[in-house]
Amino acid sequence: MSASGAGAAEARRYTKKDFESDQDVRWCPGCGDYAILSAAQKMMPDLNIPKENIVFISGIGCSSRFPYYMNTYGFHTIHGRAPAIATGLRLARPDLKVFVVTGDGDGLSIGGNHMLHVLRRNVNVTILLFNNRIYGLTKGQYSPTSEQGKVTKSTPMGSADRPVNPLAFALGCAATFVGRAVDRDLRHMEEMLKRSAHHQGAAFLEILQNCNVYNDLAWNALYDKDSKLRHELRLEHGKPLLFGPPDDRKAVVMEGVTPRVVPANEAAESALWVHDERNVNAAKLLADLWAPDFPIPVGVFTAIEAPTYEQVLLDQEQRAISDRGPGDIAKLLTSGDTWKISSEGG
Amino acid sequence: MSETMAPIRGADKRLQELERAVVRFAGDSGDGMQLTGEQFTTESAWAGNDVATLPNYPAEIRAPAGTLFGVSSFQLQFGSQRVYTPGDRLDCLVAMNPAALKVHLRDLKPGGLLVINTNAFDKRNLDKAGYASNPVDDPALGERYRLHKVDMTALTLEAIKDLPLNQKDKERTKNFFALGLVSWIYTRPLEPTLEWIKKRFAKNTAVAEANTRVLKAGHAFGETAEIFAEHYTVEAADMPPGLYRAMTGNRALAWGLLAAAERSKLAIVYGAYPITPASSILEELAMHKRFRIRTVQAEDEIAAVTAAIGASFGGAIGVTGSSGPGIALKGEAIGLAVTAELPLVVFNIQRAGPSTGMPTKTEQADLMQALYGRNSESPVVVLAPATPGDCFYIAYEAVRIATKYMMPVIVLSDGFLANGSEPWLIPDVQTLPAIDVHFRTEPEGFFPYLRDSATLARPWVRPGTPGLEHRIGGIEKQDVTGNISYDPDNHDHMVRTRAEKVRRVAQEIPPTTINGPATGDLLVVGWGGTYGAITAAVERAQAEGKSVAAIHLRHLNPLPPDLGHILREYRKVLVPEINSGQLVRVLRAEYLVDAVGFNRVRGLPLVSDEIHQAISQLLGATS
Repeated sequence: MSASGAGAAEARRYTKKDFESDQDVRWCPGCGDYAILSAAQKMMPDLNIPKENIVFISGIGCSSRFPYYMNTYGFHTIHGRAPAIATGLRLARPDLKVFVVTGDGDGLSIGGNHMLHVLRRNVNVTILLFNNRIYGLTKGQYSPTSEQGKVTKSTPMGSADRPVNPLAFALGCAATFVGRAVDRDLRHMEEMLKRSAHHQGAAFLEILQNCNVYNDLAWNALYDKDSKLRHELRLEHGKPLLFGPPDDRKAVVMEGVTPRVVPANEAAESALWVHDERNVNAAKLLADLWAPDFPIPVGVFTAIEAPTYEQVLLDQEQRAISDRGPGDIAKLLTSGDTWKISSEGG
Repeated sequence: MSETMAPIRGADKRLQELERAVVRFAGDSGDGMQLTGEQFTTESAWAGNDVATLPNYPAEIRAPAGTLFGVSSFQLQFGSQRVYTPGDRLDCLVAMNPAALKVHLRDLKPGGLLVINTNAFDKRNLDKAGYASNPVDDPALGERYRLHKVDMTALTLEAIKDLPLNQKDKERTKNFFALGLVSWIYTRPLEPTLEWIKKRFAKNTAVAEANTRVLKAGHAFGETAEIFAEHYTVEAADMPPGLYRAMTGNRALAWGLLAAAERSKLAIVYGAYPITPASSILEELAMHKRFRIRTVQAEDEIAAVTAAIGASFGGAIGVTGSSGPGIALKGEAIGLAVTAELPLVVFNIQRAGPSTGMPTKTEQADLMQALYGRNSESPVVVLAPATPGDCFYIAYEAVRIATKYMMPVIVLSDGFLANGSEPWLIPDVQTLPAIDVHFRTEPEGFFPYLRDSATLARPWVRPGTPGLEHRIGGIEKQDVTGNISYDPDNHDHMVRTRAEKVRRVAQEIPPTTINGPATGDLLVVGWGGTYGAITAAVERAQAEGKSVAAIHLRHLNPLPPDLGHILREYRKVLVPEINSGQLVRVLRAEYLVDAVGFNRVRGLPLVSDEIHQAISQLLGATS
């Protein structure tokens, strides 16, 4: 039994349209979710999986409306619990390709515990976390990724909480795939959706997403053309960490155990930090980099191979069956210590 | 009529010898077993029990240590009613060494409590007792008895490591560890023994301190290890012929699921977070992977139930198990299964609360939680087993109803049933009603909330079925199409439809079995683990010529369709419960009958003598 979302052999040729459901999309006009939905629908044919074998699971929040708009199987569940629902589904049905769609509140606040465990167990699910740094559906309270001091309806004098870094969190949970995409960079986002969807194991893709109603331009560092040019660092396996405009090219290097930014032409080639997706420790350092002192890395931070939770358990099941045969309740009931009463009062 | 709906298994047994236990302490003659037994006797008398004892020790003052003929034992029977003998077969055996186990094990009832001091099971002692291999390592021992392996010596030494006594004197206090432990198991007061230690060792404060500490350490160990007692046993006199085995309630629940998996040919995903007294279901199921039982030890109670729901969405049978505090956490998710109309089985092994309460003590106080403990109107089916062996049938029935009606079923067991053991007539699984699950595969005319006319169940569709791709969720949906709907009249319709689905399960319930006359002065109505105590009390009253009958409800939602009629055939209705009056409230509300409760919420099973008194009082008021 392949855990990869079986049935590729019978897969029909799909177009984006095959993955559009008949439901009216109900996000605010201008929401970044539209771009993500479109990119996801466009990417789906690339999976080469029959669409009846694809399931989208979500919790609660704006992002969690996502399954309604995908013409696949879908389950819009309860706040924060999508990773646990997906875990049970994968265990029951390892033949299905399962996506979890969540947000910064759903996935990192009320559902933070489940996110931790689905990642550490390495359940074979693709997790798309739309991070807009705000609570949208409940109309504008701060979220666990909001910057400290954020003034919102529930924090009129600024939030006291320090924000969580989703990628650092995922890496800390031993996720086997961690990546970042931006809703306004369609081509890169599609590439990242593909990479995460093809990963075997728990894939965690943070998608920086704009909430134009409650937290407009939260990611302006990557939206503004000039800022993007100066700050975006495209991670590419085997390529050095270089970023910035051609006339001001910079490199990220390690000085002792600390990342530093230096002019690219001043860095010796041997000193360049070459990105390696299999180096989880390096990914942990990269996850903490942010503008203005550092570039903002986007792309695949890490992608490593590890056995999936459900495969280990199903292997145990197969071993138990091949060692001792399938379960037989009649045999079990009469096994061990039994005694016979042959007549009334015996 | 469905087989699982037959009268309660065990109802055909004549009940006798209630509310008593037989305990034997056995060890080397140097282990202080006589003293231990005597102190336990004092504690039991102090607790108001009648006691009969049987000391038994070797003729030699000091028989060679570790030998079979050097074994010393002390047996007692205690009970809330008159106890005439020290008892025959043991409910609990404490074996301090291999020789003690060898000599006394044969007297322990199948399913009885066996406490072993593992430290003494070394090569030398095993040889002396004639054991070729260590019996404690034999899995059969744990199969046959409720085995607790305790390294009493190590735990004793640890408790008193800082006291100025030599090693030998320290080790000698381990009988107080055993006494503390068994005192915990049977809820004996420690005060008389603490007093005794103070007086006896007044001149040797170090020894007094050691014994006191070790006694308390044993008691605390019982609490931490969460060992349940069987507070009374239902002795069967006339047993129907057949093959029997000992069965505990939690194992029966687990095996009922295995039977359901086999008969339905579906995988079961059991999600659970460890909690007393439900954990042993998870442990039992984890041993039976061959039955395609997939267990998830989830990160929390919510993940446990939602993993089960995810499995049900995938076309497996989702089951979760916990105790009241965990069920409280699962409430929102159970509501999701209600509105998503997916099968889900929820075991609640009730314990005394609120909050953490008394985890190892039993209670029946989660009935209202099961019926109403979720936001909005989220009706579910509620079943309750009457005896440990009945748990098997109830688990099977829960799966059958959940899959047939596409809805959650809550099973209310309790700590007493879970850990209690009874001789169980092994059934022929093929005679159980079939679990015929039909997955929809036909795309023509498909809608996610299209309903079966008899059950109102919506179609169960396995993801992976071409042409039936659809989305469901927790948001209110339009009937039939399943599309999101905020329409006021549709919501009203859906609220009523979900309630009606539960009501229709009444068609699965057979006529209620009445123990006693079909009409009379008093009807005693019980549910759950109080079956034994109620039956004994009612049969005693019947033997006295009183006009009393009893019924025991296994279906609490919906209630049996003939219940209203039955209630009106008696002048009075008494409802004994281990809560402050929950079923009685339901019956009064549902049927406008003047039912009265008999309620004790002590964390212990009801005492039949007290129920008998309540019966007599009510009837006295009648005449």
